[in-house]
Amino acid sequence: MSRLPDDLKYARSHEWAKPEEGGNVRVGITDYAQEQLGDVVYVELPEAGRRVKAGEACAVVESVKAASDIYSPVSGEIVEANGSLSDAPESINQDAYAAWLFRVKADDLSELNALLDAESYKASAEEAD
Amino acid sequence: MPFIPHTEDDIRDMLAALGAASIEALFDEIPAELRCGALDLPPALKEMEIARLMHARAGRNRPLLCFAGAGAYEHHIPAAVWAVASRGEFYSAYTPYQAEASQGTLQVLYEYQSMMASLTGMDVSNASLYDGATSLAEAVLMAVRTNRKSRSRRILMPKTVHPYYRRVVETIVGSQALELTELPYDIDTGRIDPASLDIHSGTDVAALVIPQVNFFGVLEAVDELTDWACANGALAIALVNPVALALLKPPGEWGKSGADIACGDGQPLGIPLSGGGPYFGFLCCRKAHLHQLPGRLVGRTVDADGRPGFTLTLQAREQHIRRGRATSNICTNQGLMVTAATIYMALLGPEGLRRVALQSHRNTLRLMDGLTAIDGVERVFPGPFFHEAVFRTPRPAREIMDGLAERGILGGYELTREYPELGEAILVCVTETRTQEDIESYARKVASLVIHPGNGS
Repeated sequence: MSRLPDDLKYARSHEWAKPEEGGNVRVGITDYAQEQLGDVVYVELPEAGRRVKAGEACAVVESVKAASDIYSPVSGEIVEANGSLSDAPESINQDAYAAWLFRVKADDLSELNALLDAESYKASAEEAD
Repeated sequence: MPFIPHTEDDIRDMLAALGAASIEALFDEIPAELRCGALDLPPALKEMEIARLMHARAGRNRPLLCFAGAGAYEHHIPAAVWAVASRGEFYSAYTPYQAEASQGTLQVLYEYQSMMASLTGMDVSNASLYDGATSLAEAVLMAVRTNRKSRSRRILMPKTVHPYYRRVVETIVGSQALELTELPYDIDTGRIDPASLDIHSGTDVAALVIPQVNFFGVLEAVDELTDWACANGALAIALVNPVALALLKPPGEWGKSGADIACGDGQPLGIPLSGGGPYFGFLCCRKAHLHQLPGRLVGRTVDADGRPGFTLTLQAREQHIRRGRATSNICTNQGLMVTAATIYMALLGPEGLRRVALQSHRNTLRLMDGLTAIDGVERVFPGPFFHEAVFRTPRPAREIMDGLAERGILGGYELTREYPELGEAILVCVTETRTQEDIESYARKVASLVIHPGNGS
């Protein structure tokens, strides 16, 4: 089965979230998601400064066969988008946990509690299969 | 009578398999008030009667010698173009985009894309759109999507852009919360006055449309306009005539950094006038905007065995994958027209296209010389132009046009309705298909209409 680090939180919609210092949350997509998508060719990322709500679509990962909306797991303000993805979108396929998409300054870190841990996410993904 | 190949037995078996009592029963979920019942049409004509009716109607066509441009141009089309494009494999193939079945078609589209990118000086071209006007609308929508620095959704649209194109853009973007701001032109020069952009400097503009050649045939100050757009955070959309590009600097080389998007109508490239269509629209852009480019895109690649081939690519932009978030609702292209255009461009090459452009321009110069020699007839705009120009007459333009038509000539495009400020003005175009005699005849006839108005001969 795909890689699933224990120290991350997961959304049913296949994003991972990692809280960082300063109240920021780093967001990406899971190894399972990149596998399902196939070769990533393009990533559309939100602008820094944009405000997002938990569950709001704010990015798009485009592969050869599909374009997938990415939902912010928490509410807050986008502080940074991963610029290296414009030259190397395929890095998401190579290492989905290193190839982060964006960082959000969270309004309320307790929103992370609504996310899943590795086991629950795995169960949810297998169920959807 | 509709041709349906099923026998009574076939129909009975199919209905039985479906468990339906009759064919009518298959439609019973449509509410009765929406069923149209019998159509109130006159009785059908037989094939022989129709052929006769159409011949009689066609007999009323009066082919006029064409001196009109205004967005559609009569150029010579070498016989080979349609001889090849009329082959069944091109002519009647229906959506032949599958890589497994249509390598020939996909290669033609790839060659077309390569030629258009080269002609416009851009990085990428799509496989074509419906026509020039809709390609401008798509370019405008694309610019708003791809210009991340702009929030205003405001487009500067010069009045020197073809009036029909402006109306089409209004229609298409009207319901998408875009704002079209008209840019006035300088009535003395017939071009956008770069100073008229001053009031927009520092404001949020998503894109500036720059026509070259503009509707009057006049050359715009494309470098200045492109640099203004760049300095103002707006995208530069070039609306261009592909034949003119054989002589003029391509949009990719305008200003310091080049235009962002290039679009226009490809009709001059081997497509007959055909009473207004079908033509095709082209849309090209810089690589940075590739992911917002609508329409089909053909790419060259290798198959699983490493053999070179062609396929549709970047399809995640399109609506069969992206649905409501697609770059456009378009899911096709003008395949037959671009096949002809690709053959035309391949036959002529850059040198041939250059000659077409030069000869067209020379002919227009000759005609303008002949017209301005007539007392009272004047050229309206003094600056550089390409193969189309505006002249003003002391008689009403309508009278001149009607008089020329009686004498077998389509005199041009009357500007009085859309540009009344220019007075009795006519936009005339001469291509390489008009001979010296044609040109002299036109000038003579205008002279006689001006000097002897009301003379029916």
